[in-house]
Amino acid sequence: MMPSPVLHREQTSGHWKKGIQAGLPIAIGYMPVAFTFGLLAKAAGLSLFETLGMSFIVFAGASQYIALSMIAAASGAAELILTTFIMNIRHLLMSASLKERAEEEPKWLRAFYAFFITDETFSVAATSPEKKITGSYLLGLGIIAYSSWVLFSGVGYMMGAGLPAALQNSMGIALYAMFIALLVPAAKKSRKVIALAASAAILNCFFSMIPALSGGWGIILSTTISAVSIEFFMKGDEKSE
Amino acid sequence: MNDQLIWVIIGMGIVTYIPRMLPLVLFHTNHLHSRIQGILKNVPYAILGALIFPGVLTINSDSYLYGIIGAAAAFIAAWLNLNVILVVLSSILVLYGFTFL
Repeated sequence: MMPSPVLHREQTSGHWKKGIQAGLPIAIGYMPVAFTFGLLAKAAGLSLFETLGMSFIVFAGASQYIALSMIAAASGAAELILTTFIMNIRHLLMSASLKERAEEEPKWLRAFYAFFITDETFSVAATSPEKKITGSYLLGLGIIAYSSWVLFSGVGYMMGAGLPAALQNSMGIALYAMFIALLVPAAKKSRKVIALAASAAILNCFFSMIPALSGGWGIILSTTISAVSIEFFMKGDEKSE
Repeated sequence: MNDQLIWVIIGMGIVTYIPRMLPLVLFHTNHLHSRIQGILKNVPYAILGALIFPGVLTINSDSYLYGIIGAAAAFIAAWLNLNVILVVLSSILVLYGFTFL
């Protein structure tokens, strides 16, 4: 039966709301990270416009931090852009994985919500119980996370080191706690999930000791090796639907 | 380089956006081999492992202990099926308490 237009609109707004709800923990987790970014950007000599601009245009935490340290070290434009590219090329994997579960929707919509793919929004979307992921869900999720990121970059820039150091330090756990919260429920149900996460974690610990593989490459390599080899070793171990 | 910084930022934005967008827009997954589909389904869990370790150990430059305690708190809260926001808040709270010990 074809859904009536009204029903369809309700469903769409439902996805949108679910996305916003799912994005709230990310928005909270981003606060301290964006705040610290703003604070460091000021210290590195960026203007408020440039600080907000970077969060607004790039929207990628780790590479923004690295860019600050490179700007402070007077690195060249090409070096900065290349490093950013290397750091963020891992989004290829996420985008491809998301495509597997994305609802068939117009390309412009996919091109639009693709902008909001981060480690965090991807992890939440990819572990969500939804069978197919819709554009409304991803936009709700992405835009709430993005708003927090941009807003708190500005707040951090303007308020500087106003927050007590002990609280700032403890808030550094926020995003990791979220990753753990996404992983544990899936790991309780599946040995394959445990094998995937554990092997990638161990590999990345090794790679992080090799300076050339720091940051982006280490995550790409460990994720790829683990996702490929577990697929071959544990083939048919369980049928994921 | 400050005059051109905004152009560098735009360049950073472009090279960040392209990998985010290409597979979603260009892939035709109906033609993908089932092996590859399986691998792509594995990616989220593998990437979560790689994102957590070793990063979580370095949240405090003084000691690994902070990361371990924060991660343990998050793990217990998640094991008890608390929702994600509560897991995040409880791990912040536990760590905040720990800094005063």
